[in-house]
Amino acid sequence: MSMSQTNELPNGSGAAAILGAGIGCGAIGVLAFWGDASASMGKALNWYNPSGTLSGVTTLGIVIWLVAWFGLNQMWSGKTVEIMKINVLSFALLAVGFLLTFPPFMDLLQGK
Amino acid sequence: MEITTHDFWTVVHGMGFGALFMLAFSGAIGEVYHLSTGGASFQQSQRDRTMLNFYLIAMVALAWLTVFSGEYIVYPWYRAVPPAGTTDLTEYPRRLLLSSGKTSEWHNVGMEWKEHVAWLAPIAMTMVAYVTMKYGRTLMRPRGLRTAVLGFVVAAFVATGVAGAFGAFLNKYAPVRGGSTIVLMEGEQ
Repeated sequence: MSMSQTNELPNGSGAAAILGAGIGCGAIGVLAFWGDASASMGKALNWYNPSGTLSGVTTLGIVIWLVAWFGLNQMWSGKTVEIMKINVLSFALLAVGFLLTFPPFMDLLQGK
Repeated sequence: MEITTHDFWTVVHGMGFGALFMLAFSGAIGEVYHLSTGGASFQQSQRDRTMLNFYLIAMVALAWLTVFSGEYIVYPWYRAVPPAGTTDLTEYPRRLLLSSGKTSEWHNVGMEWKEHVAWLAPIAMTMVAYVTMKYGRTLMRPRGLRTAVLGFVVAAFVATGVAGAFGAFLNKYAPVRGGSTIVLMEGEQ
């Protein structure tokens, strides 16, 4: 692909990958928090006993990420979208991922 | 010179995959920054692009190998439950840490954060590699793609740093031990 062709690429596929990654990171955070806060959810996410709840948290997080990426790419491929809004949402979801995996913050939300 | 299988896999996970992935960040951040801010005069040969693509794919592979080997090989040994009546907890790192108030937070904060936050890194790096490979030097315009790519590279670096640092500390206070012994070399007495 020549440089002049790449210069004309719409940003839709890139935006789909970015927001998909944000959704995946946010999902890991939400699932980690949910599995920690709820005993029944923790048990439901125990898909592989030697690794415990972590197995369900990460497997489901990866599935959510890939499905979100695929779905967004189907919608936005070949189009140009407002990337700054996508970035703000993606970074917010990334922050959710960091915060909800941080045990002191998890405890704070649970009132522990 | 001997090593147990549990020690061996812990080294492969932390020093083999994880540390190599961590070391690769300086190159990735520099290359992606250079690519996205190079200006109109910036030229990149086909060979340079191929090398950058290979570098990013290798990083993505290392990131996924690190988290999968951690979760499915090393972590089950870390959280193994000792049989009732066990007093020597050396081979049960989680229980060993939780057995004292002086070490319990290494598990409650360190391990609990490490085991989850580490997974943000491969997701972020996969996106970074995909967008960088797809858009190449057009990352410099529009600016939004560049901002996201650089932001997620830094986020992946931070997540890896947290996981790596706590991994190193945890291995100091409660190393994963046990398994069969691999004799690497026999020495003279």
